[in-house]
Amino acid sequence: VCIHRVRSCSGIRFIKSKYVCVFDKSALKFSHQQRLFRTSAVSCGQIVQFKLSDIGEGITEVTVKEWYIKEGDSVSQFDSICEVQSDKASVTITSRYDGIIRKLHYNLDEIAYVGKPLVDIEIDASKGVSPEEDVVETPPMSHEEHTHQEIKGHKTLATPAVRRLAMENNIKLSEVVGTGKDNRILKEDILNYLAKQTGAILPPSPKAEIIPPLPKSETVPAAPKDRARKIPVPVSRPIVFSGKDKTEPVTGFHKAMVKTMSAALKIPHFGYCDEIDLTQLVQLREDLKPLAQVRGVKLSFMPFFIKAASLGLLQYPILNASLDESCQNVTYKASHNIGVAMDTEQGLIVPNVKNVQVCSVFEIASELNRLQSLGSAGQLGTNDLTGGTFTLSNIGTIGGTYAKPVILPPEVAIGALGKIQVLPRFNEKGEVFKAQIMNVSWSADHRIIDGATMARFSNLWKSYLENPASMLLDLK
Amino acid sequence: MVLQSSLKNCLQLSCVLRTPKAGFRSTTSGSLIIQSTSNDVYQNLAVEDWIHDHMNLENRRVLFLWRNSPAVVIGRHQNPWQECNLRLLRQKNIKLARRRSGGGTVYHDLGNINLTFFTSRKKYERMENLKLVVKALKALRPQLDVHVTDRYDILLDRHYKISGTAAKLGRTSAYHHCTLLCNADKFVLSSALKSPYKGLKSNATPSVPASVKNLFEEDPSLTCEMLLDAIAEEYATQHQTDQHITLINPADETVLPGINNKTKELQTWEWVYGKTPKFSISTCFNMVYKDSVLDVKVDMDVKHGRIEVCNIDLPEQWLPPALSSELVKSLTGSKFCPNETTALATTLLRVCPQDEELQSRWNVLCENMTMLM
Repeated sequence: VCIHRVRSCSGIRFIKSKYVCVFDKSALKFSHQQRLFRTSAVSCGQIVQFKLSDIGEGITEVTVKEWYIKEGDSVSQFDSICEVQSDKASVTITSRYDGIIRKLHYNLDEIAYVGKPLVDIEIDASKGVSPEEDVVETPPMSHEEHTHQEIKGHKTLATPAVRRLAMENNIKLSEVVGTGKDNRILKEDILNYLAKQTGAILPPSPKAEIIPPLPKSETVPAAPKDRARKIPVPVSRPIVFSGKDKTEPVTGFHKAMVKTMSAALKIPHFGYCDEIDLTQLVQLREDLKPLAQVRGVKLSFMPFFIKAASLGLLQYPILNASLDESCQNVTYKASHNIGVAMDTEQGLIVPNVKNVQVCSVFEIASELNRLQSLGSAGQLGTNDLTGGTFTLSNIGTIGGTYAKPVILPPEVAIGALGKIQVLPRFNEKGEVFKAQIMNVSWSADHRIIDGATMARFSNLWKSYLENPASMLLDLK
Repeated sequence: MVLQSSLKNCLQLSCVLRTPKAGFRSTTSGSLIIQSTSNDVYQNLAVEDWIHDHMNLENRRVLFLWRNSPAVVIGRHQNPWQECNLRLLRQKNIKLARRRSGGGTVYHDLGNINLTFFTSRKKYERMENLKLVVKALKALRPQLDVHVTDRYDILLDRHYKISGTAAKLGRTSAYHHCTLLCNADKFVLSSALKSPYKGLKSNATPSVPASVKNLFEEDPSLTCEMLLDAIAEEYATQHQTDQHITLINPADETVLPGINNKTKELQTWEWVYGKTPKFSISTCFNMVYKDSVLDVKVDMDVKHGRIEVCNIDLPEQWLPPALSSELVKSLTGSKFCPNETTALATTLLRVCPQDEELQSRWNVLCENMTMLM
């Protein structure tokens, strides 16, 4: 049995406990003050060597595979300390004590011995430690019953969390009235005791309810102790939120996006938006869907949008160009490799359909299916993700009407498509009819593209989609 | 603590209420035989976790029967790159799961049955369980030459492994699970469990490869259902309980509250790949580019599944130094994952000089890098 007594010279030692966060500030403040008195009177924690318990099957040694805690961490009883492995069995070792980890006796992948110290835990002297014995399994229910003090042979029942709360507030459990099962002392009992002592305003216990203002026609028998039901005046009590900020480094794909988007914003963007009446296209797609299905292809609206864009780019090739870094040269790209923004687990990925200028609508649909299934499986290849010259983003499938898309360098234009809405519109006769309306928001590089070019391209694209038959004239 | 006991009561109560077939009477003691209605490896592993965490096993035992659609299951402390052909798994849509018990890597498909024996920590006894299985097999087909080795394997004809074992011990409960090959696809099994990755150095638990055989090959009249029934019968006899199999749906939150969160956790990248013990890769490969073959040497340290340190040795000036250092910088801290690497490499390309030759070299290099993952 090795128990070391440690004398600490410095003043206040703050024992972290996850239970402390749950209290409101007034209780916390109070326990601080209490602590000032306490540490001078009570001796500091003792270091206990927690030994590796019996694994069973006559096993004497195991390999330490993972530590869940490090030196300086505070642990509660039953928290996981480490994972050890022996002969195909993985064992989770849990702490027997509440306290602070002071020493890990093994590094990762070292062999640990049953019966030998695994970690040193510093616990409070006032708790008292029973002589070291191997921790074998404890029946699941009994961990809730711990004897704290025996006053006149009367055992006080309280969970470790409650005992800590009492200890930190210098409360003798024997003085608290327990309202739990078997006169068990609950957290509420400690808080109530504190409230009586200090007159502090404590948050109502979870069991109490805010009674809504109801007509007094019916008396609902609730907690028997409540008599005259008063509507409680909302007390401005401090709202306790125990969440913590979480900081993580920006890595991998996200880091690359930071670079790309920062470069993108150096491009002077201008926006141009319009409204497209897709009523005829919706009908056309309905007619063609089964035909495509027979050929094993799912037909959405995108193939039409993509093909129409390519037809437009034939007339306005500057939108399918690239400006070099020094802005000295413009390269007109021969291929229309139209990118389609895809939302995957990783984030925004933009695979592109190659050479749309020589593809039929069906071929584009088929290629989109391939890219979509690869995208959702996380298996898009380099070739699919590079070489794009123009991009369409169908954000409308998620929602929204207007957008301000960001151009993906080295491209010079991008279009964002809103959702298709059924809206009332006027026809040539002045009658109101049901129209399928979609909004498009274009962004273009103002260094080489002017508003008029963008507007004309958009009008051409719009005309192809509003009157799909007109695409037939220009299809190659 | 209060929550735990109510959950334990919950399963007992819901078992009584929701069992499709009537007849389950005892509530806190005795043995229970349950079978999963799902073939999803993550859901089934989640059921094991749930029973381990929430069920009061002090006075009872549970036998859990389950089968999975094609999946490779690695042990808690193993390295998937060392254990299996991840490229093949992705291609063939074979799932990869990491279980919480120790031991080595196994291949599951519907021709393999899984048995989990849940007991209190005190009653944890693997030999007994395996002897039970052998007894059941012999009762079914007396001519079968099957026996248990001291490594907790079951061998057929003294030579072929038909079952592997692993176990998990917690504070108050424990489980021992094992596989049993009835009619699994041996061809896929051997190609899936053959790692193509070279130059790996790690302290992860290595698997011990063994020749395997299906019971079906020994006796074509055997099916998985017959084996499951025989084992359930033997278990019921030995533990004096009803030979009544309760069906469990691993997606049912009312019977298993919190199960869907457990299932999700088992599928996260952080669990499957991120829990890999630290390892290093030191390898070289031949990179074919146009009509030349170049030697590339790569050294990487991977911790928690992420590249901690990365070094790529390329032929001098093949890529401008600024570009190769950009690649190395971006890879550092990134997931050791081909998808992540492809995504980051292609995204970075947008802000690289728009030189076709340069870009195609970059692409070839990145593609080769992803082959290591």
